[in-house]
Amino acid sequence: MKLVSLDPRVCRMDMAEGAAPDALIQENDHWPTYEVFAQKKRGDQHQHVGIVHAPNGEMALVLAKEQFARRGMCVNLWVVRTADVVATSYEDADIFDSTPQKTHREPVDYKVKDKINRYNQSKKEKNEQ
Amino acid sequence: MYGGGYLPDDQKRHLPIAEDPDKLAAFETRIDRGDKVEPQDWMPTEYRKQLIRMIEQHAHSEIIGALPEGTWITRAPGFKRKMAIMAKVQDEIGHAQLLYAAAETLGKTREAMINDLINGKSKYSNVFNYPAETWSDIAVIGFLIDAAAIVNQTLNAKGSYGPYCRALERICYEEAFHLKQGHDAFVALATGTERSRSELQAALNRWWKPIMHFFGPSDKASVHSEKLMRWKVKMASNDDMRNQFLDMYVPRIWELDLTLPDPELRKDSDTGVWLFGDPDWNEFFEVIKGNGPCNAERLAVRRWAEEKGEWVKRALRPRNEIYVTPLA
Repeated sequence: MKLVSLDPRVCRMDMAEGAAPDALIQENDHWPTYEVFAQKKRGDQHQHVGIVHAPNGEMALVLAKEQFARRGMCVNLWVVRTADVVATSYEDADIFDSTPQKTHREPVDYKVKDKINRYNQSKKEKNEQ
Repeated sequence: MYGGGYLPDDQKRHLPIAEDPDKLAAFETRIDRGDKVEPQDWMPTEYRKQLIRMIEQHAHSEIIGALPEGTWITRAPGFKRKMAIMAKVQDEIGHAQLLYAAAETLGKTREAMINDLINGKSKYSNVFNYPAETWSDIAVIGFLIDAAAIVNQTLNAKGSYGPYCRALERICYEEAFHLKQGHDAFVALATGTERSRSELQAALNRWWKPIMHFFGPSDKASVHSEKLMRWKVKMASNDDMRNQFLDMYVPRIWELDLTLPDPELRKDSDTGVWLFGDPDWNEFFEVIKGNGPCNAERLAVRRWAEEKGEWVKRALRPRNEIYVTPLA
């Protein structure tokens, strides 16, 4: 029986009736994934915005433009095969634990004002003697 | 756009899964603290399963939701509305891509999800199984279904699973335009001629029941729901979301002197809760089961697209490529 629809385009399709087989699509039919990085404007860092499925880098860029640069600003896109990304594991996140304690790397750890004030105070006292 | 009615699996068919109590406690502590869960983290089996189910239903709803609207691209009244509906349909497909990607990080491939949509194993929102008979239906969908979806998505964007939250943030940002253009089309018809008003009223009457179904049946008493809310998979009960929607949008319908086909619909002035008549939940369950007016057509169209596009995907398919789960 032909499918009758409100949509003339649907009526023109020669459509298969009934349920689809369990696995119509084979694994990897939709291609591997690429991680997408977008730069909003010149001078900004590129930022990870998501993934696309694509058969190659060139197509990944085309699809990334459609997917992540439809509105707003974008001047540049990078795509990287997901399989090529080397990442740390969240399980090993404790390797970063001591970082906040390394205050000797922060400007706030160097307080000179007190010393200068004490020095000026003692100089003043010496002069008054 | 999205099916707000989260449809849980039949719990009776599944035995509870025993989790390592220490890992579970650590997981729940992190959720309570407001930490986001990332794909590589340990998570309870039930958490993973329900998230896949929910995000997948959401993705399917975006894809199928584009079909009734796509029907009207060729017949939109005027160039600007044609451009708007085309942009909206493209956004919806983009949203499906974002959501499939989020679900993929949980370990189900996109191929498996689309197979389950086409063979009828997965569900999607009830509302897209009804036909869009006139342009007024498109105005009602663009205004009210998108509004309902935004209520749901804004809440879920504050959930616990990182990739889903990130996808929803982008989706909510784009949906703002959908709602605005829908409201614009709705108001244009409501403030137009006698004929456009009566056509809009007829569409509103047709859609009100599916809209009341949209958030799903009451789940306040469900233990299952309580656990999903504890894990921030679900962010509000179906009733609370529906109430929030009614509170925001019924006044905007009434202010145009349009009516809603439910004589019992009113806001209780003491409790602030909206009261409504029984929206016929049997019909909702029939539509979800696959017996709605357009279920067969929606799936047939989706299957057609997959079958006709198969040779392109095959021709471009890279050799010896091993699938890797996306990172985030």
